[in-house]
Amino acid sequence: MEQVKNSLKLSCYHCGENCSDSSIHIAEKAFCCSGCKMVYEILNKNDLCTYYDLSQNPGITQKTKVRANKFSFLEDAQVFSKLIQFTDGKQTRVTFYLPQMHCSSCIWLLENLHKLNPEIIGSAVDFPKKEITVVYNETKCKLRDVAELLTAIGYEPHINLSDMDEKVVKSTTKGRLFKLGIAGFCFGNIMMLSFPEYFSSGIYYEKGMRELFSFLILALSLPVFFYSASEFYISAWKGLKQKFLNIDAPIVLAIVITFSRSVYEILTSSGSGYLDSMSGIVFFMLAGRMFQDRVYNSISFERDYKSYFPVAVAVKKDNKEENIPVSKLKVGDRIVIRNNELIPADSILFYGKANIDYSFVTGESLPVEKGIGEIVYAGGKQMGSAIEMEVVKEVSQSYLTQLWNNDAFSQSDEKEISFIHKLSRHFTILLFSIATMAGIYWGIVDSSKLLNALTAVLIVACPCSLLLSATFTNGNIIRIFSKNKLFIKNATVIESMASVTHIVFDKTGTLTQNENAKLIFDGEALSDFEQQLIRTLAAQSSHPLSKHIYNFYPHHSLLQCESFAENVGLGIEGTILGIQVRLGSAQFILNRAVKVENGSKVYVEINGLQKGSFVLKNNYRSGFETLVNQLKKEYSVSLLSGDNDAEKNYLRSVLGENAELLFHQSPADKLNYIATLQAKNKKVLMLGDGLNDAGALRKSDIGIAVSDSINNFSPACDAVLAGSEFKLLKKLLDFAKTGKNIILGSFVLSILYNVVGIGFAVQGTLSPMIAAILMPASSLSILLFTVGLSSLIAKRRNLI
Amino acid sequence: MSAIFILIGASLVVAVGFLIAFIWSVKDGQFEDDYTPSIRMLFENGIAQKKEAPEISSTLEIKKVNTNKPIVKKQK
Repeated sequence: MEQVKNSLKLSCYHCGENCSDSSIHIAEKAFCCSGCKMVYEILNKNDLCTYYDLSQNPGITQKTKVRANKFSFLEDAQVFSKLIQFTDGKQTRVTFYLPQMHCSSCIWLLENLHKLNPEIIGSAVDFPKKEITVVYNETKCKLRDVAELLTAIGYEPHINLSDMDEKVVKSTTKGRLFKLGIAGFCFGNIMMLSFPEYFSSGIYYEKGMRELFSFLILALSLPVFFYSASEFYISAWKGLKQKFLNIDAPIVLAIVITFSRSVYEILTSSGSGYLDSMSGIVFFMLAGRMFQDRVYNSISFERDYKSYFPVAVAVKKDNKEENIPVSKLKVGDRIVIRNNELIPADSILFYGKANIDYSFVTGESLPVEKGIGEIVYAGGKQMGSAIEMEVVKEVSQSYLTQLWNNDAFSQSDEKEISFIHKLSRHFTILLFSIATMAGIYWGIVDSSKLLNALTAVLIVACPCSLLLSATFTNGNIIRIFSKNKLFIKNATVIESMASVTHIVFDKTGTLTQNENAKLIFDGEALSDFEQQLIRTLAAQSSHPLSKHIYNFYPHHSLLQCESFAENVGLGIEGTILGIQVRLGSAQFILNRAVKVENGSKVYVEINGLQKGSFVLKNNYRSGFETLVNQLKKEYSVSLLSGDNDAEKNYLRSVLGENAELLFHQSPADKLNYIATLQAKNKKVLMLGDGLNDAGALRKSDIGIAVSDSINNFSPACDAVLAGSEFKLLKKLLDFAKTGKNIILGSFVLSILYNVVGIGFAVQGTLSPMIAAILMPASSLSILLFTVGLSSLIAKRRNLI
Repeated sequence: MSAIFILIGASLVVAVGFLIAFIWSVKDGQFEDDYTPSIRMLFENGIAQKKEAPEISSTLEIKKVNTNKPIVKKQK
């Protein structure tokens, strides 16, 4: 018993995982596996043990070995040229994605790579993106060496098929920063130079000063007008080309009129113009867009199957193995798939024991066993020994990947037109009628004031405050959502969330949790010896259920197993100390099929006597029932599962009589189901997790991927929700609705300002000073109103 | 009062200086990764060791590798 307690406390010096015993150790440092020990030795030899001082047990477990020639495909010239960023034959720079990176120790070690291999010139880490950029000496070191070095210290580079696509590096944030910075600079200086004008309309001016100031202001406004505001022109032009009047169109009109009237006034010395207001509004609008369009470095919303698929696969030709790029894979090729490798194309199993984990595809955590001659669909991961198979379909034509040939994926990404644009259209019409009326009035009364009043109306009534209120509210909602671990792609998603009428759930992986599936023993109490027997037998098999049973009795030592047999799809049996032990399905033990509700069942037989069964319950996410109860009051719900209908009764009781429950759904079925709902004018929210939901997520009005670890891979979607916060979904949907109301509220506020401004404008008495006060005052108060109110409501609802 | 003309000129020069500094910092990538540098500076003997190691700026751009070696430029 003493020893058991000790072993519980032992954790690996490298990775911090529990060690079953202290057999692997160096001095007093215990390791969980020889891999961890090896990494320690490498680091120790190179004087890099600071790694362990910076954070506790920083390493990555080395229990799963990477096979020796895995990275040989990096020697392929085509792969090489696609992966690297730059080479001149002497030096090469390459960026790898290392998802294992998790602490400051990782950064330290990865930036000291040059100590492990002197041919590495330097390395730099981008932690939020989990990327490392390595520059190495191409003449003495190969890309493969770099990848293998990283793998040896526990950071296996993640290289997948999407890395082979042409990289489009879009640096919109950089451009935005320039525009914002320049607009801010010009705005500040123009304001300062306009001060004499504000106070007593420039009676403090000395001779020549007014002209100088005016021309300086004009010069400073040029970069704002021609550079900073350019994205509004582009967006307005794009909208007009598609015969759509978006909010940017009236804004551009206001900017152009303000600018030309100001230039005219300055050049004719008839006034000082409104360039301060113009540059101010451009600055605030850019700041708002920046605040709203926050990017999450570590989350990608655009993944397709290529992000999951490997770059290369081992192909057997004339008894020789060769790594070839997946794109060159042809029907009839013999491929070799090893432990933990992904099957890139639909193939027929030729040799070996296939135990395929489809969790990427379906979210199902239990692997499926396949016999020789069976078709194995692409996207599964082999667990266990190597298998050989023959490709029957090319990569892009496989059962899973052809989903991406669906029309839903070629359609433009813009799902809906924001209500802000519709609102601004009414606004524009109203504005023009006011301007016309003012024009007619002055045309009759005093035609000298005609142009003055007309332009002033158009200047004041620019819907920029509407844009400001929308961008700042959305930005703040996005921030609050991300605090609750809901990461959304862009601001239009909030609006879609607010208008949802129907919610569709995927079952496996979305409602259920992959990990921590609960194992329960059902039957008479087992003696210690019997438990020992069961554990020993389970230890012989790599089947996931066996592993669960093996871990169920962690404290028993193993016995000698005399004989062992595994019957694929049925169960395992063996003789231990002369006692026959059998574990398996009802068919195997009871000789009859038993329908299992909610989970999988393993029967136990010792010495010909049935002892009971282990039940592996599907573990539904915490709060799932309460959440569904809340949701079904307001929304219609349905459930799509690729799985069988074993749990239909339970799900029916939770989701209610009106819910539609569909089982055995293929990825394309799911997509089509969403399409039929949409045809009934429903706004559909789809919750999914696996690649098989990718079509449905894409087709739906809003697709949310539920993910247990945010940095993990999730299919293309509009938002990613952490599995742990799944129960908050209703609250978050409600908050999205609140957000829309806040925007409408602040819009009313901004109209009030406009009414005041137009009051001055129609009388033809809008002085630059009033414009200069009105503009920042309205902008700032709207900003405070929206951000403050949304934060306050979020606080009330315990969202922050 | 004509001092104000000189002052305006001076203030604009200073302001433009800051603008250039801002543009330079954006180009340099200071706003791209705002987390790693904060960790990097905490590594104790990093400076002493970095003397042998080449200098790597936050842009992931290798500026001075060695005077004999060619300068690698960031490729887009």
